[in-house]
Amino acid sequence: MTEAGFLLAAAALALAAPLLLAALGELVQERAGIVNIGIEGLMLIGAFAGMVGCHLSGSPLVGLATACLASVLAAAVFGAWVIWLDASQIVAGAALNILALGVTGVAYRTVFGVTGTALTVPTFTPLALGGDALWLAPLRQNVLVYVALALVPAVWLVLFRTRAGLRLRAVGEAPEAAASLGIAVARMRWIAVLAGAVLAGAGGAYLSLAYSNTFAEGMSAGRGFIALAIVVFGRWRPLGVLAGALVFGATTALQFQMQAHGVAVPYHLLLMLPYVLTLAVLALAPGGAAAPAALGRRRADETS
Amino acid sequence: MTRLLRQALAAAIALAVSGAALAAAGVDPLQALGALVGGAAGDRFALADTLLKTCPLLLTGLAVALAFRTGVWNIGAEGQLLVGALAATVAGAAAGGLPAPLPLGLALAAGAAAGAFWGGAAAGLRVARGVSEVISTIMLNFVAIRLVGWAVHGPLMEAAGRYPQSDLVPDAALLPLVAGRVHAGIVLAALAVAAAWLVLFRTALGFRWRAVGANPRAAAVAGFRPDRAIVGVMLASGGLAGLAGAIEVLGVTGRLFEQFSAGHGYTAIAVALLARLHPGGVALTALLFGALAAGSGSMQRIAGVSAVFVAIVQAVTILAVLALDAPRLAAGRRRAPRPPEAAA
Repeated sequence: MTEAGFLLAAAALALAAPLLLAALGELVQERAGIVNIGIEGLMLIGAFAGMVGCHLSGSPLVGLATACLASVLAAAVFGAWVIWLDASQIVAGAALNILALGVTGVAYRTVFGVTGTALTVPTFTPLALGGDALWLAPLRQNVLVYVALALVPAVWLVLFRTRAGLRLRAVGEAPEAAASLGIAVARMRWIAVLAGAVLAGAGGAYLSLAYSNTFAEGMSAGRGFIALAIVVFGRWRPLGVLAGALVFGATTALQFQMQAHGVAVPYHLLLMLPYVLTLAVLALAPGGAAAPAALGRRRADETS
Repeated sequence: MTRLLRQALAAAIALAVSGAALAAAGVDPLQALGALVGGAAGDRFALADTLLKTCPLLLTGLAVALAFRTGVWNIGAEGQLLVGALAATVAGAAAGGLPAPLPLGLALAAGAAAGAFWGGAAAGLRVARGVSEVISTIMLNFVAIRLVGWAVHGPLMEAAGRYPQSDLVPDAALLPLVAGRVHAGIVLAALAVAAAWLVLFRTALGFRWRAVGANPRAAAVAGFRPDRAIVGVMLASGGLAGLAGAIEVLGVTGRLFEQFSAGHGYTAIAVALLARLHPGGVALTALLFGALAAGSGSMQRIAGVSAVFVAIVQAVTILAVLALDAPRLAAGRRRAPRPPEAAA
């Protein structure tokens, strides 16, 4: 591999990590039968809360914890609506996104002033591995990247090799049958929604505490929606989700490199690439049977 | 409790919660509210601003209402609006030299057609390939944003070449003004309300859409083809949103630029839901959110509350409507009859 190749791999991994975190969070929820399109908003809240926590404490680790906590609180609203009130998951998720945009925007301007001189915070810095050996470049990542990668087998293990994971998947496939076997459907879904929120919040914190060192309004910039697509792309399996996140990370990294090298492809068309790619992949392999059977279904639908 | 009262309650809850949020942020809610009302209805200019902000919300609100009624989750009104604006800009410029009503008519038609195409694409993916329209419409939103960005930095960039924006659309393609700054688009929007109502409640087509939305399996058993309803309603829905984009270009901005839409397509979800997906209700709720948008500017200037605050009001409104409609809360009132086989 050439120098460009190593650097590309490094950038791809760094860009894939927040997508991977959020997509794993979405995966856990969808396996329990809940589509949360509000994951975009959870990432935004995580990015903001992470920056605030880090700013106040001076520690990125505290920032990360703040991000996850804020994301869980916001997701609790979503959970209350879709689990307790049996509201439409799509609409409640859309509301969560709008709410996140408003709350982070207002809070940012209230706390840090209207002019918004970019406030910078200490960040998760890449590990210093092997001096400056080029072939180690892809491994010189911040600790969150390693956490994200480690979560892939961890999520797989929990979902597919534990009793709790089996129950969670049963709730996503056949909630009535699961309930008749004594599984607490609502409780499993709460666990899934809140655990998913922890991961989405971490993905958001990655944006403000690792990928950059500040917060900007709307900085999730559709990554939560891409995470949503990655779950379908990955056919609701952790390894597939990893593959999807890497494909998107690589596409974005490639796009940056082409731009830097002045390749004659218009910048804005390159920016379109991940979204077109998603559509193309979904059109060719739409998932269908791989989806949890009760995904997105409301209790109200079952009597009709 | 009547339906109307419930919706009013939802709006009141949204305002109360938002006011409490303001107070928590250290702002005097009454001062903010005063600035908001002044900016939305304080004088002729404020009223005109409210109407101008209502227009795109009305059309995209109708778009969302029609789709949701049919059980199609069109989250893509934003993208459909954007491609409509793009197409109207191109068509308006191209047809500028034609005799009088043609440039305007062609530009409007191009906008609606582009929006319909964008909506139809999502419907096609759903029907032919089983792709969830939730994901495809969201992805198409981003494709549309980048498409507009590319156009105004590239082929459509103004002749002066200074800013990433298109040249002004020729006068012949612009919407005439009906009162002050208010353009004829508001008339088109009002006609769209009537048309949507007629189609939905007075035609067989609308009946099929509603039947498919209420219960796709039962509709299929009754001989209605859900697939055709999905494609049909997404063409109509996208067309309305595309028309909204065209009207914004031809009546308000006169040109295309990046960040052209201020999230109208997402606000539209709140507009449609608060209206209980009813076209007549959409007219009222669009006016409400139009006034909010118009007033938010002066609220920011006078009370120092970020205009993004409107997003909180929208979100709380959606949540309030969902909660008031929730089976759990409504059960005591509605006492929905259970089918006998389920009760047995």
